[in-house]
Amino acid sequence: MNVRDIISILEAEVISEGDLDIEVKTACGSDMMSDVLAFVKDQSVLLTGLMNPQVVRTAEMMDMHCIIFVRGKEVDPMVIQLAKQKEITILQTHYRMFTACGLLYVNGLRG
Amino acid sequence: MSSLSLHYVVPGDDFTRAGEASSDVKNKLKKLGYNSDAIRRVAIAMYEAEINMVIHAGGGEAFVEVSPQNVEIQMVDHGPGIADIEKAMQAGYSTAPDKVRSLGFGAGMGLPNIAKYSDTLKIETEVGKGTTLYMTVLANR
Repeated sequence: MNVRDIISILEAEVISEGDLDIEVKTACGSDMMSDVLAFVKDQSVLLTGLMNPQVVRTAEMMDMHCIIFVRGKEVDPMVIQLAKQKEITILQTHYRMFTACGLLYVNGLRG
Repeated sequence: MSSLSLHYVVPGDDFTRAGEASSDVKNKLKKLGYNSDAIRRVAIAMYEAEINMVIHAGGGEAFVEVSPQNVEIQMVDHGPGIADIEKAMQAGYSTAPDKVRSLGFGAGMGLPNIAKYSDTLKIETEVGKGTTLYMTVLANR
């Protein structure tokens, strides 16, 4: 699937737009950035409820293309600014973490 | 490929800026056409070390030497030092305050992650004086 598919599956709002046509195959869901950094497996999507610029930094270090903020979290302006600089797509969905991960999984995205 | 010497000051008072040095190194290695797996290992190891400096030591300095064979990173701080290195190297062991955990770090994975992604790691530390990390990442593992 690509990022456009994710937007439609999660009824997500695009907060910062990177490459929406890029192919994504795997994702990772966590609020602990240290745990995200511990398990590199070429994941290209990060789902999180944590809101600070280090989420974007973590995605950057891992070469991720897309960050999805779950539970309808209001996105911090500093997060948006950094994501624009790094050309990382930021999405916001009203779904909670478990549901958002489940919806993407049944549609073919893997861990 | 040319060699490169880089120096950064890691500010200790601003958590939002932690990672700027690692980000800059990552970009420079990309421009040099460095091996992408090595770039990612450098970025993660150095980023964790930067976060540690900000969380525990009030900032510090980073020295990075890039050659075609490897990237050598030295992270120097004058913080409290590590009292028990053996424990600090255990995955899940953390002395970080709750405030840090609420920021998504302090899961006790910092030093274990650094050891995992670097090819050599040496830690010099003295309680009350500070800590220096020497990490090497090979261009081709």
